[in-house]
Amino acid sequence: MVKINGELLPLEGKKLTDYLKEHHFSVSLIAVEVNGSILPKSSYDDFRFSEGDVVEIVSFVGGG
Amino acid sequence: MEERFARHYVLKEIGEEGQKKLLSSKVLLVGAGGLGSAAALYLAAAGVGTLGIADPDEVELANLQRQIIHDTERLGKNKALSAKESILKLNPEIHVNAYPFRLTTENISKMIEEYDFILDCVDSFGSKFLINDACVLARKPFCHAGVVRFSGQVMTYAPGRGPCLRCMLGNVPQKGEYPLCKTAGVLGAAVGVIGCLQAAEAIKYLVGAGELLTGRVFRIDLLSMRSSTASFEKADPDCPVCGKEGFSLKEHREEYGE
Repeated sequence: MVKINGELLPLEGKKLTDYLKEHHFSVSLIAVEVNGSILPKSSYDDFRFSEGDVVEIVSFVGGG
Repeated sequence: MEERFARHYVLKEIGEEGQKKLLSSKVLLVGAGGLGSAAALYLAAAGVGTLGIADPDEVELANLQRQIIHDTERLGKNKALSAKESILKLNPEIHVNAYPFRLTTENISKMIEEYDFILDCVDSFGSKFLINDACVLARKPFCHAGVVRFSGQVMTYAPGRGPCLRCMLGNVPQKGEYPLCKTAGVLGAAVGVIGCLQAAEAIKYLVGAGELLTGRVFRIDLLSMRSSTASFEKADPDCPVCGKEGFSLKEHREEYGE
């Protein structure tokens, strides 16, 4: 299982980019942290979830 | 003096000592729009001794649905000057520096130098990154926020205490990649909530109380009334601004929209 924003999901082996697409995240507006380290944008394409990964995804808005 | 801040004096996290710190502190608000309106009024009321407020724009009728520091009589007036008037009405005992111009790669470093804490109250990611990069380089703490429609986020940066905005997002999101308040709309009360959170972060930093949103992003959606705090504890060691030497603001002008 993979923990994304506190929720356990059966995503091991799945691609991060597929998950982001399914959940309508816009890559330029999000930050992803995996097991305590920020995942650089350049690593998104190759990243696949592994068993036990703890992932935080947060999206930002502009405006003020 | 004691009477004005009586409710701070009874807070053990502020008290007389904390109030003295606030009175001798300087906070710069970049932007006197929706976020800046709420944050500036609460910081002024709290007795932050010097407030700087920068905004090159003029008050327009469509601003008044949320930019509560301005009013109908100020239509056409520069926002920084209008904000100064309102702040001094609320608390004439503090000092206000109004900067009726845009902060750019040319002037921002000098501007932030004399302030203890900076608030990102601007609307575009270009300007948000300019504030981020300039504050990181100058080792100044600041509170980032963004808000559109019914939701927004807040994150605080302090040197050595977690990631900066560039660690989090990498490159500057370009106009067209994200919704703007002008086209997507924004609830005035939502901007007020987020702006108040920024004021609270500044006050907590200045008096040394509680836990800041360093290494954390707080998000709230007023439509569903759901909020969350995501932890991003470590800065990116490869971040070109906070992780490495030699970052130049001027080389990133285009990204900032200059």
